Amino acid sequence: MLLKIKELRASVKDTEILKGINLKVNRGEVHAIMGPNGSGKSTLANLLSGREGYEATGGEVLFDGKNLLDMSTEERACQGLFLAFQYPVEIPGVSIANFLKSAVNDIRAYHGLSKIDAMEFLTLAKDKMKMLDMDSKFLRRSVNDGFSGGEKKRNEVFQLSMLNPRLAVLDETDSGLDIDALKIVANGVNRFHTKENGVVLITHYQRLLDYIAPDFVHVLVKGRIVESGGKELALHLEKHGYDWAIKSKKRVN
Amino acid sequence: MQKDDYEGKFGSKDQQETLKRITKSDYKYGFTSDIETDTIPKGLSEDVVRMISAKKNEPEFMLEWRLRAYRHWLSMIEPTWPHVSYSAIDFQDIIYYAAPKKKAKLDSLDEVDPKLRATFDKLGISIEEQKRISGVAVDAIMDSASVATTFKKDLSKLGIIFCSFSEAIRNHPELIRKYMGTVVPYTDNFYAALNSAVFSDGSFCYIPKGVRCPMELSTYFRINTANTGQFERTLIVAEEGAYVSYLEGCTAPMRDENQLHAAVVEIVSHKDAEVKYSTVQNWYPGDEKGRGGIYNFVTKRGICHKNAKISWTQVETGSAITWKYPSVILKGDRSIGEFYSVAVTNNYQQADTGTKMIHLGENTHSTIISKGVSAGYSQNSYRGLVKVAKNAKNARNFSQCDSLLIGDQCGAHTFPYIEVNNPTAKVEHEATTSKVGEDQIFYCNQRGISTEDAISLIVNGYCKEVFRELPMEFAVEAQNLLAVSLEGSVG
Repeated sequence: MLLKIKELRASVKDTEILKGINLKVNRGEVHAIMGPNGSGKSTLANLLSGREGYEATGGEVLFDGKNLLDMSTEERACQGLFLAFQYPVEIPGVSIANFLKSAVNDIRAYHGLSKIDAMEFLTLAKDKMKMLDMDSKFLRRSVNDGFSGGEKKRNEVFQLSMLNPRLAVLDETDSGLDIDALKIVANGVNRFHTKENGVVLITHYQRLLDYIAPDFVHVLVKGRIVESGGKELALHLEKHGYDWAIKSKKRVN
Repeated sequence: MQKDDYEGKFGSKDQQETLKRITKSDYKYGFTSDIETDTIPKGLSEDVVRMISAKKNEPEFMLEWRLRAYRHWLSMIEPTWPHVSYSAIDFQDIIYYAAPKKKAKLDSLDEVDPKLRATFDKLGISIEEQKRISGVAVDAIMDSASVATTFKKDLSKLGIIFCSFSEAIRNHPELIRKYMGTVVPYTDNFYAALNSAVFSDGSFCYIPKGVRCPMELSTYFRINTANTGQFERTLIVAEEGAYVSYLEGCTAPMRDENQLHAAVVEIVSHKDAEVKYSTVQNWYPGDEKGRGGIYNFVTKRGICHKNAKISWTQVETGSAITWKYPSVILKGDRSIGEFYSVAVTNNYQQADTGTKMIHLGENTHSTIISKGVSAGYSQNSYRGLVKVAKNAKNARNFSQCDSLLIGDQCGAHTFPYIEVNNPTAKVEHEATTSKVGEDQIFYCNQRGISTEDAISLIVNGYCKEVFRELPMEFAVEAQNLLAVSLEGSVG
């Protein structure tokens, strides 16, 4: 099993946000986590990546059998956990090429591998950029600096394809995208996805799921997963809204 | 006149720990080479000035000049206006002359003291390699005397003179008499006067009319004798239409005592000439508690005649205290002055650095790009003057002063002085203060990049505008130096 979350509880500034999450992700699976604003979706993403200020207060997370919560952020990344940011950070003056090369090399060093050959890196990057319909000038631009919303998200998916992690967590990657950009981003994720890796899509809306077909859909409400099902659950939510899920949560309780 | 202060604030405890660890790297060039040195007793007096001059077999005019400077220095007091603090320097407790003992006159590199050669090798400054691979002529200075000069023959074919200052005094006294002290007179300031009285050696560079120097001229300075003040003097003269790019770089061995370094650099850029002066400065900054380290009090100034250009690019990572304002006097019409600077301070380092652009001619332009990076408990100040004289019609200046803070114990300060006496002048000043953001580091971490590498990346990105002004081989060195300097801080 790639990811196993058991009774996970988490707090932000002493307020409990996640109240006992259970989730299992196997290799080859795509999971969608949907929920209204404030349900704890982004908290889950941040907690998984080890962001400062997000504290697990109970339960456990196993990543390929290893205790994820014991690892530093960069160790989790080197182990193959990737987070596509909801709000990608700008780093002025640092080219995407330089940034990604550092990432690739630090991950390789973690696994005891030598640095990537410059030509090999460039060939790989150009290949991936073509797939995402990106101009090769892109590599020379500063990381997210002056990027449009769509460019930032495309850059996240570009990094995903370059780093080729075992598990990709996409935090609201569809927000702020027009339909063409959405298709390109979804296409990038679909190309990345294989039998060997897993994808967790965190989203507010159903529309991303028109382009990336999930194997499982989970509904997160007030820090708990209240419904789980197949692709049809997303369509049901679309029709009936989160109120339905909240009511169903009451039913569960 | 305005003053902006900003004390850094930085996030969580963990982050602070990492910062502390990274900023605490040791000075990697701290070693002493065991070379026999010819020194004179401590202290300063007329006799000492005479002794220095005599040891160097200087002509009478030079001794006279030194003595005038010394007498003037006696009437001056140490400046206290820089934003730095240190205990008083006892000028009688300094040795004013030290030169490696030469075995014989050196005709080729092979005759250089093998220990000296080994020292340069440790620093990664293999003269031979530089000579062979990079095509850089190196005038290597160990303590105060010049030991080896290369490529002299190639350069002399073009009429270019590149030699030690002592040699220039002996072989080209007319040029020294004509230019020395014309840009930085010995009356200029306390440390310039001191330097004028006791300067030991330095470099002299002369590019004749219309000649474009085909290679980067490079000098490596290095302090090697404990308690020895270093008083270099550099003079660069570019005749009409000439061009030269000059590189100055240094790494000093670790010492407990504070060492005084008061250099003077003068540049004369004649009509249509261009001089590019690049520095990577890495004097010993003291240990992590702020003990030891070099006091670097430097006067650097150039004068531009009609249509001429002078460009200062500096990367400052070393010294316990830096006090340095490479300046340009834009005397001729349409002359251009540029200043690109990266000043990095860590632990207890203090830097008060910047530039002066003095617009005297019409249509003169100046550009100032200053990037300060502060980490640890350091204090980093930018101090700059842009002066537009009454007759300087259509003068233009653009200044950008950015400060980057790493950690919450350091300080960044900006002291811009602007004096405009002509209504047609256009002077722009932009200033920013930012921190290496936790969110930036987290973003890098999430991609597998270690915090140290992340900080190095972010800081190098921040300094990019300055690094791209450096000659290629220096740019790489500067980037490495930055990473080393900030190890254990945030990068």
